[in-house]
Amino acid sequence: MAILLDKSTRLIVQGLTGREGAFHAAQAAAYGTNVVGGVTPGKGGTKHEQWPVFNTVADAVRETGANATVIFVPPGFAADAIMEAADSNLGLIVCVTEGIPTLDMMRVLTFLQGRSSRLIGPNCPGLISPGKGKAGIIPGHICLEGRIGIVSKSGTLTYEAIHQLTGLGIGQSSCVGIGGDPLIGTSFIDVLMLFAQDAETDAVVMIGEIGGTAEEEAAAYIRKSFRKPVVGFIAGQTAPPGRRMGHAGAIIAGGQGTASDKMAALTAAGVTVVRSPDEIGKAVAARL
Amino acid sequence: MKIHEYQAKAILARHGVPVPKGEVAFTPAEAGDIAQRLGGGTVVVKAQIHAGGRGKGGGVKLARSPDEAETIARAMIGMRLVTHQTGPEGRIVSRVLVEAGLQMTRELYLGLVIDRAAARPVMMASPDGGVDIEAVAAKTPDRIFKEHINPATGLVPFQARKLAFALGLEGSQIPQASKLMTAVYEAFRHTDASMVEINPLVVTASGDLLALDAKMNFDDSALGRHPDLRELRDLGEEDPLEIEASKFSLNYIRLDGSIGCMVNGAGLAMATMDIIKLAGGEPANFLDVGGGANAEQIRNAFKILMSDKNVHAVLINIFGGILRCDVLAQGVIAAVKELDVRVPIVIRMEGTNVAEGKRLLADSGLNFTTADSMGEAARRVVELSQTKK
Repeated sequence: MAILLDKSTRLIVQGLTGREGAFHAAQAAAYGTNVVGGVTPGKGGTKHEQWPVFNTVADAVRETGANATVIFVPPGFAADAIMEAADSNLGLIVCVTEGIPTLDMMRVLTFLQGRSSRLIGPNCPGLISPGKGKAGIIPGHICLEGRIGIVSKSGTLTYEAIHQLTGLGIGQSSCVGIGGDPLIGTSFIDVLMLFAQDAETDAVVMIGEIGGTAEEEAAAYIRKSFRKPVVGFIAGQTAPPGRRMGHAGAIIAGGQGTASDKMAALTAAGVTVVRSPDEIGKAVAARL
Repeated sequence: MKIHEYQAKAILARHGVPVPKGEVAFTPAEAGDIAQRLGGGTVVVKAQIHAGGRGKGGGVKLARSPDEAETIARAMIGMRLVTHQTGPEGRIVSRVLVEAGLQMTRELYLGLVIDRAAARPVMMASPDGGVDIEAVAAKTPDRIFKEHINPATGLVPFQARKLAFALGLEGSQIPQASKLMTAVYEAFRHTDASMVEINPLVVTASGDLLALDAKMNFDDSALGRHPDLRELRDLGEEDPLEIEASKFSLNYIRLDGSIGCMVNGAGLAMATMDIIKLAGGEPANFLDVGGGANAEQIRNAFKILMSDKNVHAVLINIFGGILRCDVLAQGVIAAVKELDVRVPIVIRMEGTNVAEGKRLLADSGLNFTTADSMGEAARRVVELSQTKK
């Protein structure tokens, strides 16, 4: 069954005619995703490759029956793109864009309240359900169909985890990048709850980073309610405090958000926490 | 992005927050002049650096006359000020804030940050100002009062009153506090701040509220729409290599180890630093080359890494999805040749054409070692960094 994205997904690409959007739309389609069109204001009525381009998300949804979107729009316009997608009640919105101002995201999350859209990201690689489809930039060729769910704040570190599992012959059900920003649309807990309900997921890999308290909150949820095995890794054990380590949300501030606090909370919740990023795959094998 | 106290006070004052009378001085003579203009009486001379703990470090001094202000400024400007927040290397002081001295009866705390879990700004106030707020949060969290702000309404006056009464303020201080807190929120919102901190917020001898110290940090992602804030950047407070790296849009943070790292992706870059440490080495830096691991960025990244004389070995960990490893290898070879890089380089790359990429590196005649996993790469680079003469 996978989570969030499968063969029933009809995906539009906001920013289809830009370089990133065009490239990754083609990659997604080649992987088997049902890409149905794109949105670039001002280019409605034209075609990009085999896809119709629309001026607005509303037009695109009406004409294509789209139920999901992936956003490849620059940071100055991405918050607006997310809200436009939510206004058309798209069930799944994936925003890859890095660099959206935090207060813009605060306004986006307020806008999304009470609406039926789920936002993944921003500042994320998107998601992939191996063998079924993808929305974002996670490469399909490193994945293997299987039964391990992955939820991660990172991009290429997620690929590393996927690569290790694939190398051991352990496939993945769905891999979800929730993003490295301080304010995001979908949390670790949100994805864990979906994995809890997914009959095709047996165990989960959770990849966190320094900054904020999302991993600690997830640990509390896991302890209380999550019964499938979890393997965790937290990036940034060696990060100095007070510095933004690449990701806008990856900062130890006011003594909070350290890797050691997160690792302790997850361990106390029964998660197998590996200290080395090299050990993720092996730890999953050991738990199965 | 961080700014100095005097700059934060100027921004807050423009929004209606009361601050002491004062001006910034870049020379001892200017300090004396300012003290004169403030009335010739007692002034406070405060070193301006992007770190706290200045008082204990000798960076805040009282001057009873303009001459004394000039003398103090002469000693302070150019001094290396070490505080518990600067690290042992301290910071060179290039400017001082000269402010009118005043009597205060109470020191309070006021702060505003984004509560990530609530996705809202949260205003925090405490009657225990003038001390380390983290210590208050740890020992007496019940003495920190919080109000979450709904972006649709802003700070509602009753919220400000709740905080003001909780602080033990009275009479005309209540509407003053209300106005001040609203002004702080407006400043935060208008400037895309990530933090505003007034510590201490004082009650003066005449019973009025005033921001005796002020800190503001700004959201780096929003600076594009604040050209006036970008001008406040003090390059003297930043590491020169980090400044250089930012010109190439390279995310680079200098540390003090001997193993340089070049990685694509922030999480993978942090994990690479972690695994180097686990293998017994010390990372020299964090460096995320981002999605563009192209020849030009590789070259720029090597330039930055090799400008750090502590680097005795380099670990390149690039995991590309569609990245062609033979193209990456060519970029690395070209950079190493052009820059005459002499230290051992361990490369671990994933993408397409991995075998071809490894062959190119092996045939280059340069000092490359390839590795298939992060663990192997970390072990090899630590070994190589230790065998260097």
